[in-house]
Amino acid sequence: MRALALAALLAASTARAALYDDLGGKPSIERITSGLLRRSYADPRIASTFDQADRERLHVLLVAYLCQVSDGPCRYPGRSMHAAHEGLGLRPRHMNALVENLQDAMDEAGVPFATQNRLLARLAPSSTEIIE
Amino acid sequence: MQSSNAALWVMLACCVPCVPVVHAQVVPADSGRLRGTAGVPSIEGASGGGVVPWATIAGYGTADSVGGTLHGTVVRLSDFKLAAVGVAVGLFDRAELSYTRQVLDTGRAGQGLGIGRGTTIRLDIVGLKLRLAGDVVYGPLWLPQIALGVQYKVNERAALVGAFGARSHQGTDFYVSATKLLLDHSVLLNATIRLTRANETGLLGFGGPTSDSYRPAFEASIAWLPRRSIALGAEVRTQPNALHATRAGTWIDAFVAWFPTKTVTATLAYVDLGTIATRKHQSGVQLSAQVGF
Repeated sequence: MRALALAALLAASTARAALYDDLGGKPSIERITSGLLRRSYADPRIASTFDQADRERLHVLLVAYLCQVSDGPCRYPGRSMHAAHEGLGLRPRHMNALVENLQDAMDEAGVPFATQNRLLARLAPSSTEIIE
Repeated sequence: MQSSNAALWVMLACCVPCVPVVHAQVVPADSGRLRGTAGVPSIEGASGGGVVPWATIAGYGTADSVGGTLHGTVVRLSDFKLAAVGVAVGLFDRAELSYTRQVLDTGRAGQGLGIGRGTTIRLDIVGLKLRLAGDVVYGPLWLPQIALGVQYKVNERAALVGAFGARSHQGTDFYVSATKLLLDHSVLLNATIRLTRANETGLLGFGGPTSDSYRPAFEASIAWLPRRSIALGAEVRTQPNALHATRAGTWIDAFVAWFPTKTVTATLAYVDLGTIATRKHQSGVQLSAQVGF
């Protein structure tokens, strides 16, 4: 029984670590984040929502966030998703524009579509904290 | 008939709260939803799979905008040809209005059925779908996008379907659909329960000699998304049928949908519609195209 529980735990932890590795680890997450921010800052649909943001700080926080949600060896030190987006007036169209830019950035970084979706699966539930 | 109209008015009245609340700025058509998440045109005009309506709202409009589609479908079966053309409007990712005309060409089979070679049967379908809860992509995994729909159908061959034994040439379907994209697996699931009196979606009229009551139909779709522009899927749809003389079989299909852009969608399917109007093994190819925003 104990062995079974241990095996299940091991299987779960390898499955969890796998997403960070499948994304390509830290170098790839850095690339994805750069691509995402480059696209989003130039995207007329959402560029204005970054007016108040410090781009370099945002980059560091995003890398940490994506690393943490993909079960990498990082701790996201920023505010909650709700607190970080409060007052920006974000709507579903902004969220989807960001997701499209993230998908394009992951395409550019060579992340397979199925792996992209596994990351989006971790991000999608928090949409309710972001959209007003 | 009275009850059908009343149901439509109730649905329209429910629409009023769908108008976005004041703080949401209404923007011009933004095509702001993710590619593929608007589904494809179904045979009755609702957005969904090929033959099953999903909980999705037609077009790519978001909560602050509208979307719209034009679509055409042809189904070539062993003995019949079915064509459908329609238009759908999506309002604030909340409500969907659609109109579709189906035309069944009975071809040579018409002669065997005693209705004359090449006889066509036209069916007009006005659809309304209201999204009640959830989001197909976002929010908790356990909460799918859920929508309630009605389809008011008028068959223009009242005498003909009467001769088949149908009680009426018009009727209303009610359905509830639940749709969710399981991102972890790149798989979309849909389940639909429909209450209907229709025989073969209404192409053979509504109700029958022994029963004119609503019956449940169970419909489901599964689609795998191997890439952003492609969906591969399969569907099943049971066909309650009050016409004992004509029988009816469960519909199944396997499809590939292609979303090269948000404006264009093409779907190719293999369909097996079972027995239609006594003609067995009605299988063939379904091809549909949609343009929209």
